[in-house]
Amino acid sequence: MMEDLNKTSRREFIKVVALSGGGLFLASFVPLQNLSADPDDDPKIFAPSVYLRIDSNGVVTVIVHRSELGQGVKTALPMLIAEELEVEWEKIVIEQADADPKYGDQTTGGSTSIRTSWDPYRLTGATARVMLITAAASKWNVSADNCFAENGFVINKLNNEKLSYGDLVEEASKLPVPQNVKLKDPKDFKLIGKRIHRVDTPDKLYGKAKFGIDIVIPGACYAALSRCPSIGGKVKSFDAVKAKSLPGVIDVVQISNGVAVVADSTWHAFNGRDALVIEWDYGPNAKINTEDIRNELIKQTKTEGFAWENKGDINKEIVEGEKVTEAVYEVPFITHAPLEPMNCIARVENGKAELWAGSQTPQDARTSVAKALGFNEDSVTVHIVLSGGAFGRRLVNDFAVEAAEISKATGKPIKLTWTREEDMKFSWYRPLSMHVLKGSVSGNGKPLKFSHHVIAPSIIQMRFYRELPPKDYDIKEGTVGLEYNIPNMRIAGTTIETHVPISWLRSVYHTQNPFAVESFIDELAYAADKDPYEFRRDMLPDDSRLKNVLNVAAEKSGWGKKLPKGKGMGIAILACYDSYNAQVAEVTVEDNKVKVDRYTVVIDCGIVVNPDIMENQMQGAIAFGLSAALKGEITIKNGGVEQSNYDDYPILTYNEMPVVDVHYIRNNFRVGGVGEVGIGACAPALCNAIFAATGKRIRRLPVRLG
Amino acid sequence: MPNYTLTINKRKYTVKVDAGTPLLWVLRDSLGLTGTKYGCGEAICGCCTVHMDGKAERSCVLNVEDIGESSITTIEGLAENPDHPIFKTWIDFEVSQCGYCQPGQIMTLAALLEQNPKPSREEIDNAMDSVLCRCGTYHRIRNAIDKLTEEKK
Repeated sequence: MMEDLNKTSRREFIKVVALSGGGLFLASFVPLQNLSADPDDDPKIFAPSVYLRIDSNGVVTVIVHRSELGQGVKTALPMLIAEELEVEWEKIVIEQADADPKYGDQTTGGSTSIRTSWDPYRLTGATARVMLITAAASKWNVSADNCFAENGFVINKLNNEKLSYGDLVEEASKLPVPQNVKLKDPKDFKLIGKRIHRVDTPDKLYGKAKFGIDIVIPGACYAALSRCPSIGGKVKSFDAVKAKSLPGVIDVVQISNGVAVVADSTWHAFNGRDALVIEWDYGPNAKINTEDIRNELIKQTKTEGFAWENKGDINKEIVEGEKVTEAVYEVPFITHAPLEPMNCIARVENGKAELWAGSQTPQDARTSVAKALGFNEDSVTVHIVLSGGAFGRRLVNDFAVEAAEISKATGKPIKLTWTREEDMKFSWYRPLSMHVLKGSVSGNGKPLKFSHHVIAPSIIQMRFYRELPPKDYDIKEGTVGLEYNIPNMRIAGTTIETHVPISWLRSVYHTQNPFAVESFIDELAYAADKDPYEFRRDMLPDDSRLKNVLNVAAEKSGWGKKLPKGKGMGIAILACYDSYNAQVAEVTVEDNKVKVDRYTVVIDCGIVVNPDIMENQMQGAIAFGLSAALKGEITIKNGGVEQSNYDDYPILTYNEMPVVDVHYIRNNFRVGGVGEVGIGACAPALCNAIFAATGKRIRRLPVRLG
Repeated sequence: MPNYTLTINKRKYTVKVDAGTPLLWVLRDSLGLTGTKYGCGEAICGCCTVHMDGKAERSCVLNVEDIGESSITTIEGLAENPDHPIFKTWIDFEVSQCGYCQPGQIMTLAALLEQNPKPSREEIDNAMDSVLCRCGTYHRIRNAIDKLTEEKK
């Protein structure tokens, strides 16, 4: 139904728009929006912000300015407008925006889509509703107080007369945009908080949804790229004779990242690429192996690091009965490995570039492509397409720049497809890290000292700002601001350099810091001879939302129940992205093999827009977190990544997936993030459970027993 | 390049491709049947699963010259009946996240249930364990399969 509606209304919309462009826009809350520069207001379209259009047929189109990666943004964002607009959900048409500064920041990352759209999208709906009511009241010559909106109509309370939104478009478009429109009280929400089905599910199941890799444009050729296996290496020379002799190969060109083969099919492009004879200058990193990078970190474990937080005195003299615990934790490089390999379509011609990119940062794709081609940004159009998973990988637009360069060099529209092997070998990796932890508890089991020194490459420093002051190191994420009340604390960090490209991966440094922190808190609990749940609980303030989720997780998981030999439960907590999460893992360890039986996940993310999508994110977070904790490891040999496919970089499989029980706290706190908050507690809960089951403390990921 | 006549979704197609071209790329590039996905190219992930004479096969390692007279069904073929219980259950349970692997999940399960409407837990596990999902929808896939097979019992 949605699909048919989509087709009809879009056709109608195009017809209407063809008459004249533009509309009416709310400049007040849409940063950088510039469409109001078009003076030709169209009476047939009411567009109270860049996120909404209503046409004279009553078709309500919501423009989603973030990228759909599987996290449900195409459903959740329109729900915000529909809620305030008072329109039937089934009738809303959803449109994916192109990259354009008029939408404000379009980065789909940092669990921000709902948090930053919560006000502008609701305000869009509410303002539109008020204007439509005003328009109707003026038509009826009654006070707006006598009118209300419901299901796409304005209703006159005095005589039950109705006007549809479509009938009011012309009138509403002429009205001044009211400021500070009152938003609904959460108790009056009709849509927000409901398990609304995702708008794009059926097409995905039927094989009809077009991901970036599925899109074809007229005349496009297929491209594959050969890159230097040693990161930082360059093409010295190449011989394309053999490649060019292969069937279907059209052209071979060198671009900044390597040598590209353009052909009449993906398969021919891959074959052509494999037939290239390239002499590489392996570059300055050609002798670097994982151990060399680890040794850099190990060296820094002997230092103190820059202290972000210092409370009491961590070096205070040891008192009688005080038990001191020390440990070093470690995690490796890992990668995102979305099922859909990187790809991009680019058409560069006549000084203009048009791209179809599954990007999390489409505005950056536009800037990066413009820069690489020497074009003005206005000459670059980036269409955002469906992504087959992203997890942070698509925050970097290397694939878009490559596609644009190949198209420019060959003068042909092209579709660049990476192979899975390239996706593994030329990603932007979650940095490795080491963590020096020291702590102590008193003779009666009270926490006394806690210090954490994290050593890791900094994404910001390596990629954007070499002079990043230590106080602003991004590596502190998840180490500072702990709610635990421990009298003496020191939290510090040291960054190291690495040639390995690093970037953000779902929840970023929360993938590693909470593993160290929450595992070590467990160690202190055992040192104190306390129950790990109670030890945590007793260190948290009474009004803490984190304490609340911890308590609920203990209750829902049946914490403390008797378990047979070989089974164990582990608990961990984490606050991030304005949300609070507690997890209890239940594992069975037999012959040094870990079977994860169950996770109890409790989240407080404030108001939940769509509980079903939220729960799916939490369940998915456990799979993602377990993949990293049990399996994920990228290693470096001769400057390049060793892993190449899902056989040597395995991810969690169907049979390994535990049952995941998700519970959420019902409250009216402002919306928190959902996409990433479930990752950080997963590994420590797992490893704490393994300890409970076996007495073996896992301090290095991925988990290796025996 | 030789011509191959293939039976796909009960229709005949003639394609001109190299011997040795994986069926996956014939479907995607030559025929525009992009519901069959490329994920690994080595029969590890299962995104590209199609039915060959009713049996689940990985089209990324199936050479076009080995298809012969066999009848191929892709996700588009299965979706000619959108009321197929798997689709309905998958929608009811909102299994999908990014959705990229779901055609492979569904084709794998459809072949299993076609051959054996009442599979044991072990048979389900064996079939489904080799189809990867990076979003981690396994939990919901299991619930959906439980529902599908429970109704049959």
